[in-house]
Amino acid sequence: MSETTTVHIADAKHATTHHEEHGHHQQSFISKYIFSMDHKTIGKQFLITGIVWAVIGGLFSVIFRLQLGYPDTTFPILETFFGKWAKGGQIQPEFYYSLVTMHGTILVFFVLTAGLSGTFANILIPLQIGARDMASPFLNMLSYWFFFIAGIVMASSIFVQTGPASSGWTMYPPLSALRQAGDGQKIGTDLWLISMALFIISSLLGGLNYITTILNMRTKGMSMTRLPLPIWAMFFTAVLGVLSFPVLLSGAILLLFDRNLGTSFYLSDIVINGEILPNEGGSAILYQHLFWFLGHPEVYIILLPAMGMVSEILSVNSRKPIFGYMAMLGSLFAIAILAFLVWAHHMFVAGLNPFLGSVFVLLTLLIAVPSAIKVFNWLTTIWRGNIRFTPAALFAIGFVSLFISGGLTGIFLGNSTIDIHLHDTMFVVAHFHIVMGVASMFGMLAGVYHWFPKMYGRYLNNTLGYIHFWVTIVGAYLTFWPMHYQGLAGVPRRYLDKSGWVNFNQFGELDKFITVVSMIVFVAQFIFIINFFYSIYKGRKVRTANPWGANTLEWTTPINPGHGNWEGDIPEVHRWPYDYGKDGREFIPQTEPVGASESKH
Amino acid sequence: MIKKIEMENNAITKKMHPSKFTLWVAMGSLVMMFAGLTSAFIVKSNQTGWKPVTLPSVFWTSTVVILLSSGTIFLALRSFKERNIAGYRLLMIATLLLGVAFIGLQWVGFEKLWEQQVTFKGSGAGQFLYVIFGFHALHVAGGILALLVLVTKTFVEKVKIYSSVPTEIAVTYWHFVDLLWIYLLIFFLVFGQR
Repeated sequence: MSETTTVHIADAKHATTHHEEHGHHQQSFISKYIFSMDHKTIGKQFLITGIVWAVIGGLFSVIFRLQLGYPDTTFPILETFFGKWAKGGQIQPEFYYSLVTMHGTILVFFVLTAGLSGTFANILIPLQIGARDMASPFLNMLSYWFFFIAGIVMASSIFVQTGPASSGWTMYPPLSALRQAGDGQKIGTDLWLISMALFIISSLLGGLNYITTILNMRTKGMSMTRLPLPIWAMFFTAVLGVLSFPVLLSGAILLLFDRNLGTSFYLSDIVINGEILPNEGGSAILYQHLFWFLGHPEVYIILLPAMGMVSEILSVNSRKPIFGYMAMLGSLFAIAILAFLVWAHHMFVAGLNPFLGSVFVLLTLLIAVPSAIKVFNWLTTIWRGNIRFTPAALFAIGFVSLFISGGLTGIFLGNSTIDIHLHDTMFVVAHFHIVMGVASMFGMLAGVYHWFPKMYGRYLNNTLGYIHFWVTIVGAYLTFWPMHYQGLAGVPRRYLDKSGWVNFNQFGELDKFITVVSMIVFVAQFIFIINFFYSIYKGRKVRTANPWGANTLEWTTPINPGHGNWEGDIPEVHRWPYDYGKDGREFIPQTEPVGASESKH
Repeated sequence: MIKKIEMENNAITKKMHPSKFTLWVAMGSLVMMFAGLTSAFIVKSNQTGWKPVTLPSVFWTSTVVILLSSGTIFLALRSFKERNIAGYRLLMIATLLLGVAFIGLQWVGFEKLWEQQVTFKGSGAGQFLYVIFGFHALHVAGGILALLVLVTKTFVEKVKIYSSVPTEIAVTYWHFVDLLWIYLLIFFLVFGQR
């Protein structure tokens, strides 16, 4: 670590006085690109690791979609790659469950938690609040490396003889607590739990840093109500993570005890393979409470950063101020609070007291209020705007579309009575993939297209961006929309072969269709990946510091900012970030003092 | 407007040190973890097969030890601020040893329980006790590690350190695990024995 960097790490508070020391300084390859403490490099590390995991997790979904679409066909190539797991070219049941489990775990935690908020919290927080780096660059680096090791442990579980965990991404006991239950419940589950513990440490270290940085390191004039919305979203995301991940850790620890030391926290009265187990008095529902106390906030941990970035991108690209800044803050806050009060809606049919269920129905439906406020504000932001349809703007609009479609089906599922029919069907799969999975992925992609020039000093190719967008949005709807119909008819999720039910045979062709579309969408993502990696080295160079004509501080840095972000003083902030189309001017950066004759917003 | 910005600047200088702030958030996070564990305890205690646990008296000794260590670390910080490095070292090492003694006494408590046939078998207060007290001891061990680093630094570092921030952070954390222990002890006295 060079001397100048140490200076502002040791005394970040007075970083502003050390600006003149932030010139060029030599760093070795290792300290610059591998064990880097620069928030921008760490953000890129999170992003690229996230992309790698997204390809793996996406590939798994394509493989199990093959089974769902073509349950009777054999694919010898699968046996070539997966050996005994795809004996005779057909996916074996254990392998199918492992694939589903890994797909969920990877996408929820590694891609949409670490890959999304890890990337953009790191890149955007210091740049948009006007700080040289995070409050603790060292903890920030640790956060990435814990994530990396968690990934290595998870990846290693794919290569053990008995295969990776296969109890679903929720890892419900008693199934997940008993080695005798199956191959996936052997070493694979232990590796899953260890990997998740490491992942939780990574998220906590990251979250602590994001909160402290936002509250303590803002530049002069950057009051909380002048913060760009992505920062507010990252703030609430970090608060949710810091308060809910430790509870998941407690749940996981108790599960590790049950698995390895013979306790009975979750186990009671079990007969397995003819053997009567001695465990008594445990409660499997207890795990579900602990799990979903994290699990539901986790949904918003995934969604809020996307919401924040979409707000910013829509405002910049429609050349209009964000509609209802304070309402956006209020609704983010309301969602963050409600996120902690709705976890039991995942347990309506798990033996929950029906009266308690009705309380959770009410609280769940209340989330529709802040969500509707946000949707209204996004639509009114682009309403009659001078919209520039950049790929980032398209993905942001796509996010709003998906959020509306997926949010509406949430109202169905939030009702405990309707849930009796819909629980554990493909309807649920359709709902959460659209509203949480694909929507957040769109927010993430919008962020990548929008901030790529800041990250690498080059543009992504627009034409490839447009192709990527249209294939992905059409494909996403064609994949998940039909699943609603399947779910309404009662088709269960998680089943590898439904041909035993005569009445579900009508969906055979539909399943084939979904499988084909999902493969096309998967392949289309390589358009983006090729675009991404090609543009890092060969993309069109950014020539102006502020290519999108945006107001926020990251565009006041040099085109390729060094460690420390600003070469001179950190700019001072004089206004909120959304002065677009004001007093006949297209945009007024946050750094410009308020003029005497300027109208109020 | 200018007035307002000036006020904000004043506010910045009065702000808490970022590292201290990080610690406070981290402690909030730890509170959530122990809240998760103890609420799981309460949920479980209303179900069949629950067995209460009688705390061996050695846990009272460990309570006295950890309370003492909070006193010594408080005095250590005062010595540091008075630039009395010899006294600081001595009190920090005393705290460290008291911390080690605390963990040792917890281990003795576990052994006493094990002799009383409270093992990992079953699903009563005893099993929770092993998990919760064990996890607390792990966090005390983390504090001991931090103290070890701080004490070593006073011997190794050539440059004198005048910033009391690292010590203050260690002190706050130490008081935190102390308070956490008091909470856990009272919790087990109230809910664990019935």
